[in-house]
Amino acid sequence: MSATAAAPKAEPLVLGIESSCDETGVGIVRGTRLLANEVASSMEEHVRFGGVIPEIAARAHLEAFTPTLRRALDTAGVSLDEVDAIAVTSGPGLAGALMVGLSAAKGLAMAADKPLYGINHLVAHVAVGLLDTAEGQVQSLPPNTGALLVSGGHTEILRVGSLTDDVQLLGSTIDDAAGEAYDKTARLLGLGYPGGPAIDAAAADGDPKAFRFPRGLTMPKFEGSAENPGKHRHNWSFSGLKTAVARAVEQFEKAGQPVPVADIAASFQEAVVDVLTSKAVRACREHGITTLLLGGGVAANRRLRQLLGDRCASAGIQLIIPPVKLCTDNGAMVAALGAQLVAAGASPSSLGIPADSSLPVERVSV
Amino acid sequence: MLLSIDSSAGASVALLGPEGVIASRRTSATNTHAEWLAPAVQEVLSQAVLNHAVLNQAGVAVKELTGVVVGVGPGPFTGLRVGLALAHSLAEAWGLPLHGVCSLDALAYRLVRTAGDDTPKEFLVATDARRHEIYWARYRSAQEAAVMLDGPHVSAADQAPALPVVGAGAGLYPEQLHPVALDADVATWLPDAADLAMVAAAAGEGALRDPYPLYLRESDAQVPQQMRGR
Ligand SMILES: [Zn+2]
Repeated sequence: MSATAAAPKAEPLVLGIESSCDETGVGIVRGTRLLANEVASSMEEHVRFGGVIPEIAARAHLEAFTPTLRRALDTAGVSLDEVDAIAVTSGPGLAGALMVGLSAAKGLAMAADKPLYGINHLVAHVAVGLLDTAEGQVQSLPPNTGALLVSGGHTEILRVGSLTDDVQLLGSTIDDAAGEAYDKTARLLGLGYPGGPAIDAAAADGDPKAFRFPRGLTMPKFEGSAENPGKHRHNWSFSGLKTAVARAVEQFEKAGQPVPVADIAASFQEAVVDVLTSKAVRACREHGITTLLLGGGVAANRRLRQLLGDRCASAGIQLIIPPVKLCTDNGAMVAALGAQLVAAGASPSSLGIPADSSLPVERVSV
Repeated sequence: MLLSIDSSAGASVALLGPEGVIASRRTSATNTHAEWLAPAVQEVLSQAVLNHAVLNQAGVAVKELTGVVVGVGPGPFTGLRVGLALAHSLAEAWGLPLHGVCSLDALAYRLVRTAGDDTPKEFLVATDARRHEIYWARYRSAQEAAVMLDGPHVSAADQAPALPVVGAGAGLYPEQLHPVALDADVATWLPDAADLAMVAAAAGEGALRDPYPLYLRESDAQVPQQMRGR
């Protein structure tokens, strides 16, 4: 039954399910060919809260699962019987949200008698770069690949030797995710949710040098040197930045002056993007990474793409940015990683696997 | 033949044939549904293969299965959804109808089945809603069945009608809730998939509900200070 591995084949047909945050995604790939990528988002329901509410996201996943599955099978023009394996995000993410997708995936695997692959969401963000719709698409992972993942849920830099068995976390945020900092700052500035596009738009008319907001964890005691790295050399922190923005807003409000929203937005964005890209590019140089993939919803950010592009170019690093709808959470990325695991002959997961909200990135599949 | 799943309190799985329950599994643990439930369904289906040789070798492409029944609560949300998500995808992949049944109906049915003519004319089903509250519904006993008159609701135990009670709610709040007089310990009963399947089989369309959770409570989300008035 589900314990038997899919027969290893070069181009397995894999259905992937994603439910780690507020997107219900079902994607279907054949090897590295994208056949379907259907996503239902509960984003609208979180707007009035200014951030993702886990219980609302979990309720929406259950409502959306079957319709999204049907659309994906329909778009791909395949039946469940033809599929070689079911892949599903088993972590990291919101526990209650993960459990909906995981439980649904187990049901499909059992009823259709297919092997189940519980996979790591972060590594799936990297695997999506192999799909054929990606600009500058790569059929297989180039040697010395790294990945910068930036979203409302994560901020990580990875070294990826192999998508199936060699992934290393080089650095991550120690508090808020970058996207979360955007959401909270947008809230302070009255710009609405999600914060990324709102701040990006407001920043267009602002002066990024108007305020000098802090770049977290850049002091020498945290960074050390290449030979003698400090504890947080490749880590980020955004909570101090958020506090600095709050203080700036407060000062204007206290003085009875209008808050210079555009300047604050631009200066905030510059602080985030500067520290994100400088630390990411340095981590790449110091770990011999020559190809960097950008993933996560914040990959849509205009200023991040620009500055990361510039800094990668000067460092001689090839930058890959998948289309935005593949950078945000989706089922195709899960299927893409599942297909790599099947092709590599990886062992499938048991039907008893748990949802692991803090699954470490080194565990590609569970 | 019906496959039935409930995850509204503990978790349980049952396969009900024309002659009765063919196989079943249950756990009273409340925080392991995501891990426990799918293997339990597989075990129940495999056991049915051994017992009846009615299923194919894979144990799951079940010709005799006519539907999937799922308890829609009320119950703690996270665990409840695990059972529903599983039931949704099983029914979808098998191409079978999915029937929702209020999980409290399982306890009402069990009382009628156990007590027979001694069933009180009217009674209450009460389960643990956590946060010092119970999920409850008021039932009238009918011929070998029970009809829900009012509910399901969530409230403090002392807000519920003063009627004899069945279900774990009675065990949790003995001051306010008085169990139905019966040999069996009705104050510990949890909803069970086997009873749920029998409710669905017996009641037909009448007792069936949409296969989505009866949450009864809003999500706990609070609109942050900065978002108010915008
Ligand atoms: Zn993500």
